Amino acid sequence: MKRVYVNEKWCLGCHLCEYYCAFASTGETDMARALKDIRINPRIRVEECEGISFAVSCRHCPEPLCVKGCITGALRKIDGIITVDRNRCIGCYTCILSCPYGAVSPSEDGAIQKCELCIKTHEGTPRCVLGCPNGAIVFEERGE
Amino acid sequence: MAVEYIQPEYEVVRNQERCIVCRVCERQCANQVHEYLKDSNRMVADDSKCVNCHRCVALCPTRALKIVKSPHTFKENTNWSGKAISEIYKQAESGGVLLSSMGNPENYPVYFDKMLLNASQVTNPSIDPLREPMETRVFLGAKPERIERDEKGRIIRSLPPQIQLSMPVMFSAMSYGSISYNAHESLARAAAELGILYNTGEGGLHEDLYKYGKNTIVQVASGRFGVHKDYLESGAAIEIKMGQGAKPGIGGHLPGEKVGMDISRTRMIPEGTDAISPAPHHDIYSIEDLRQLVYSLKEATGYKKPVIVKIAAVHNVAAIASGIARSGADMIAIDGFRGGTGAAPTRIRDHVGLPIELALASVDKRLRDEGIRNRVSIIAGGSIRSSADVVKAIALGADCVYIATAALVALGCHLCRSCHTGKCNWGIATQRPDLVKRLNPNIGFRRLVNLLTAWQHEIKEMMGGMGINSIEALRGNRLMLRGVGLNEKELEILGIKHAGE
Amino acid sequence: MYRNVSGCAISGIISRSGKRFSGERIIESVATMRERSNGLGGGFAAYGIYPEYKDYYAFHIFYNDNAAKKECETFLEEHFDIINLSRIPTRKIPEITDEPLIWRYFVLPLPTKLAASQLDEREYVVRCVFRINTGIDGAYVFSSGKNMGVFKAVGFPEDVGRFYKLEEYEGYCFTAHGRYPTNTPGWWGGAHPFSLLDYTVVHNGEISSYDANRRSIEMYGYKCTLLTDTEVIAYMIDYLHRRIGLTLDEICHVFAAPFWSTIEGKPKQEREELKFLRNVFSSLLITGPFSIIVGFEGGMMALNDRLKLRSMVVGEKDDMVYVASEEAAIRIIQNDLDRVWSPMGGEGVIVTVEGVKN
Repeated sequence: MKRVYVNEKWCLGCHLCEYYCAFASTGETDMARALKDIRINPRIRVEECEGISFAVSCRHCPEPLCVKGCITGALRKIDGIITVDRNRCIGCYTCILSCPYGAVSPSEDGAIQKCELCIKTHEGTPRCVLGCPNGAIVFEERGE
Repeated sequence: MAVEYIQPEYEVVRNQERCIVCRVCERQCANQVHEYLKDSNRMVADDSKCVNCHRCVALCPTRALKIVKSPHTFKENTNWSGKAISEIYKQAESGGVLLSSMGNPENYPVYFDKMLLNASQVTNPSIDPLREPMETRVFLGAKPERIERDEKGRIIRSLPPQIQLSMPVMFSAMSYGSISYNAHESLARAAAELGILYNTGEGGLHEDLYKYGKNTIVQVASGRFGVHKDYLESGAAIEIKMGQGAKPGIGGHLPGEKVGMDISRTRMIPEGTDAISPAPHHDIYSIEDLRQLVYSLKEATGYKKPVIVKIAAVHNVAAIASGIARSGADMIAIDGFRGGTGAAPTRIRDHVGLPIELALASVDKRLRDEGIRNRVSIIAGGSIRSSADVVKAIALGADCVYIATAALVALGCHLCRSCHTGKCNWGIATQRPDLVKRLNPNIGFRRLVNLLTAWQHEIKEMMGGMGINSIEALRGNRLMLRGVGLNEKELEILGIKHAGE
Repeated sequence: MYRNVSGCAISGIISRSGKRFSGERIIESVATMRERSNGLGGGFAAYGIYPEYKDYYAFHIFYNDNAAKKECETFLEEHFDIINLSRIPTRKIPEITDEPLIWRYFVLPLPTKLAASQLDEREYVVRCVFRINTGIDGAYVFSSGKNMGVFKAVGFPEDVGRFYKLEEYEGYCFTAHGRYPTNTPGWWGGAHPFSLLDYTVVHNGEISSYDANRRSIEMYGYKCTLLTDTEVIAYMIDYLHRRIGLTLDEICHVFAAPFWSTIEGKPKQEREELKFLRNVFSSLLITGPFSIIVGFEGGMMALNDRLKLRSMVVGEKDDMVYVASEEAAIRIIQNDLDRVWSPMGGEGVIVTVEGVKN
């Protein structure tokens, strides 16, 4: 299955992926209109330390701890993609505690949010991948 | 400073309506033009630091930025331009030589833009490259003047060393040091993929790039940086750099701050020291001396590699080329005055040398007049900007062209002409690791391959239009060119007729 | 520097056994293709026509006036032993007008001059021809081989044949040309065939490589004074065959080199040879449409451009080989052919006469 992979060697720490991610979930067509005066809360985050940076988002693990730990069945793996049923999420944040990568976070309305690979809505390639100026985030098949 | 004589040339215009304060402009500007004001949650810019490289403009996700020429002006004066005045202020302040980068930007004629190509009509069919074979393969190297046969009457196929290219374009010399490792890797991989050659420039060859040796020209310049036997052996050809179009008469200069560990190893000089190439080769004060170096290099590499002698196009270029052709060199590279550089004194860049079109035409003619054109291949460089320039250069008589600025532009260069500052925001003309990583060779090499693939298609289209289906029939075929708006003397030197004739 | 651009008709006949036949037949053949000419030039090359003088160079010369003739003859006397000279016999016909003085000389280089020049005999002759053609105003040597001759004029080819009484000559090989120039008025010297020594070329086409070829061949001392494609081809043949020593087959591979994709598919030895020829003689590759018939002492060669952009047909009957732009031009003189075919682009057809060296 194709997944999002990041390569810190080429990550510039420009944070554009975060903005493209935030933009992707708005459904708007113009980024300025969508994100003007908004503090974004993206599903991908750039981690930075001493000149090294890389983006972190859900890896869609083969054996996802978040799914295992979800007490309501809001997190499920469908066609290899770990998806959130926001109606079932009760905001217990067990998943946030159990994700070893910190790829799950609370959303504004209390339900959790995570990368669900926005491939159905955006040209078959996640928006963070399209928006990376240096090929540091790729969407490719690497085998399980 | 109490009195500010120099005013910014550009203004950074930000559309606050569109700015989402993502701060990518701030993070990506090595010149620190942009700043985030936390209190008001806005971005501001300091125009005086802007070099107009467009990195911020190109990465701004909402297209909120543009750079415009400042309307600030001096009192109008056609003689004392604003540029002339500002340069005096700079020198009055610094007491130093003005430095610039890339090619001569001044308003001299561009002869490529004053020549038009022919196409077939009626008497001779044009050829469709999508339906018929159209060949752009070239061989560079000396050709024998007679043939010999074995006892069975078969031609003995021994030739001086040759280089085979899929198309008559190569990447010109840019040293590791003047450009980044990633730029070098992009060029090397693109050359390998395209079946052409790139040139190391005078800074030696990083050991990780030896594997692209078949597609590499290794350069030997007056500083001899990074020259050793393995280096000479690693390439497909050796180039002796006598001069460079951007700065005829002077040598290269790499400031010590760019000489980090890798460059120090590659150039074989201590870390942090300036790498200054002497203006002449101190073992070449005459044409006989050049011959000795040509043969020294051939001897060192077992006569298996062709030797290129690269010269800047200067007034006496035809006679110099004739001398080089008789020196044992296999190829002559002529670099016109618009050729680029990572750093040059402004006055030299802007006032020394010749247009490549005129230099090429006179060299080709001179070598033919002397009957020695087949002894050497001619490589023309110095601002080849498009496939049309390639076709025109070949028709004037070049075997092949060198491109460098065009390749850098493909890699993202915006010709801000600030290479000498070492703060290239595009990761090309810099050694700062955080900037170098901005040029991902996986992307860079693909863009170079795309560029030349596109040019090759265009070259084939133009050749087909002329009814020519192999590039060798275009070489020196000056009847395919006509001048527009050129005077008699210019036409005579170019060896072409005026349009309408 | 204005170049002649032309369409045309070509025809050639050769007897493999060296049997001589009358010029009548070639006139008949080329006359069939009158549509392909426009009356601005026609001509013939005839081989084996001067057996009684076969060891002498036969110079055919146009003079504009007697002054040019006098100057040229002085030059000839200084450089050659002239064994015989005469006007070339012509017939007054209304279709051919404004003829220059047309003279023929059978000559051999003066041994002392030849020795002093340190040149081989043929090179000496070539240099003298160039000196006349470029140095003596109003004189033009249009034929200079042994036991052969070129006959050409402004007019339709069949009229030119009758004008020169070609039916009275007997040879083992004839080639013919009818010209359709698309610019510049006809000039007698500008008609085909073009020749140097015994090499003659008739050509139909317009080569797009002209200036590349011209500038290359001029490096070797040839002067392209007529600015036509055909002249350049004639010099290229002389250069490659006489001076470099390539075989005719190799010359075909230089002029109409196979595409690289074809070369890559050949067996190693052949591939290496073809690659060598393309590389070393790349400036002599001819592009653009052409069909040519090259005459030489003891043979004839026909060749099409690499894309076969011009028609050319070959026919065989017993020991005779016919080549023409159109099959009809062969059928009119020999309808009962053993074999008839269109050679492929770049496929040279080389016919040699048994027992004659080439």
